Amino acid sequence: MTIRHHLSDPLLMAYSAGQLPEAFSLVVATHVSLCDDCRARLLAFDAIGGALIEDADQARMAEDSFEATMARITGLPQAEPVRASRIMGCVFPAPLRDYVGGDLAAVRWRPVGMGVRQAILKTDTGATARLLHIPAGQAVPDHGHRGMELTLVLQGAFRDTEDRFGPGDIEIATEELEHTPVAEPGADCICLVATDAPLRFNRLIPRIAQPFLRI
Amino acid sequence: MTSETEQDWAALLLRVRDDADRGAFALLFRHFAPRIKAFLRKSGANEPLAEECAQEVMATIWHKAHMFDPKRASVATWVFTIARNRRIDALRKSRRPEPEDLPWGPEPEPDQADAMVLQQESRRLGEALAQLPEKQRSLIERAYFGDLSHTEIAAETGLPLGTIKSRIRLALERLRHQMS
Repeated sequence: MTIRHHLSDPLLMAYSAGQLPEAFSLVVATHVSLCDDCRARLLAFDAIGGALIEDADQARMAEDSFEATMARITGLPQAEPVRASRIMGCVFPAPLRDYVGGDLAAVRWRPVGMGVRQAILKTDTGATARLLHIPAGQAVPDHGHRGMELTLVLQGAFRDTEDRFGPGDIEIATEELEHTPVAEPGADCICLVATDAPLRFNRLIPRIAQPFLRI
Repeated sequence: MTSETEQDWAALLLRVRDDADRGAFALLFRHFAPRIKAFLRKSGANEPLAEECAQEVMATIWHKAHMFDPKRASVATWVFTIARNRRIDALRKSRRPEPEDLPWGPEPEPDQADAMVLQQESRRLGEALAQLPEKQRSLIERAYFGDLSHTEIAAETGLPLGTIKSRIRLALERLRHQMS
């Protein structure tokens, strides 16, 4: 997998600092699972957090704080080293499989028109995460954004006015971008998309349908 | 212990992992617990919640000591990630999906040289952060500790959002320059 479009510094930093809504964190975690370059950059941002903790002020601990902590330790079992790792043959990396409840075959798609299907993933309310299935050669309706939209390609590829986005690539779209992503011929395109405000469709019908379809 | 270097923290944590060494843990506690508590206070936790969460973070450090990898992170960085996750859980009542692990296969022998390089780099990063202009440094700290988005920092400090973004970008450029 050759990844050409990566996460930005502000996004990696906000993820490291724990400031992103859950839907955005899911996209970042899924991309980092696929991209060693962004994984290394993320470690550097975590190291900034470490340096800040090392240099931080010191709050006064309660009198019995250490004993209370030891009591917590003896009260709890040893944590098992459970670490989700890459499974060969899966389309979805582990963090996404957690939200779907399985790999691609487990997705419960709903049609949204023009052959496009989506599945909304359950996250907290700060932003929305969804999977989109776009048939090969098909366009997603023209839309702009009120907030930020992250699109991560998991299978197939799409093009818009900006560039071509293939597996593992991430497109970071802001308010300024009005785009019509078109899935390339060949394989159907499957993307993970997070938005922090409803999309703004330019044609009437999708605009009316929007509140119902939650796109 | 007079000179408490990063080397010592990693060695102490390995003693907790291998021997359930209370004495080693007490030294880690004395150093890190007050810093974790201060971090949680700055993130908006009140006194009892910050105390409780700091204790929970320290207990997690004990229980997860076997997952600490000195080649990947300094002890301070590892502690930060645990404290951050506790904050998201306790203060924001939210989740933070984590990337999957790399398929490294059988764990290679711990490489002392890699761990040494990482500790030196952590020290250099700390120095580079300390040398940032105060305006840049405080914004980076707010971004990590304040539990605030850039927009919220803008609202609170009265600085235009563009200024905040460009100061943070300058700070990161300067850090990169110092580390290269």
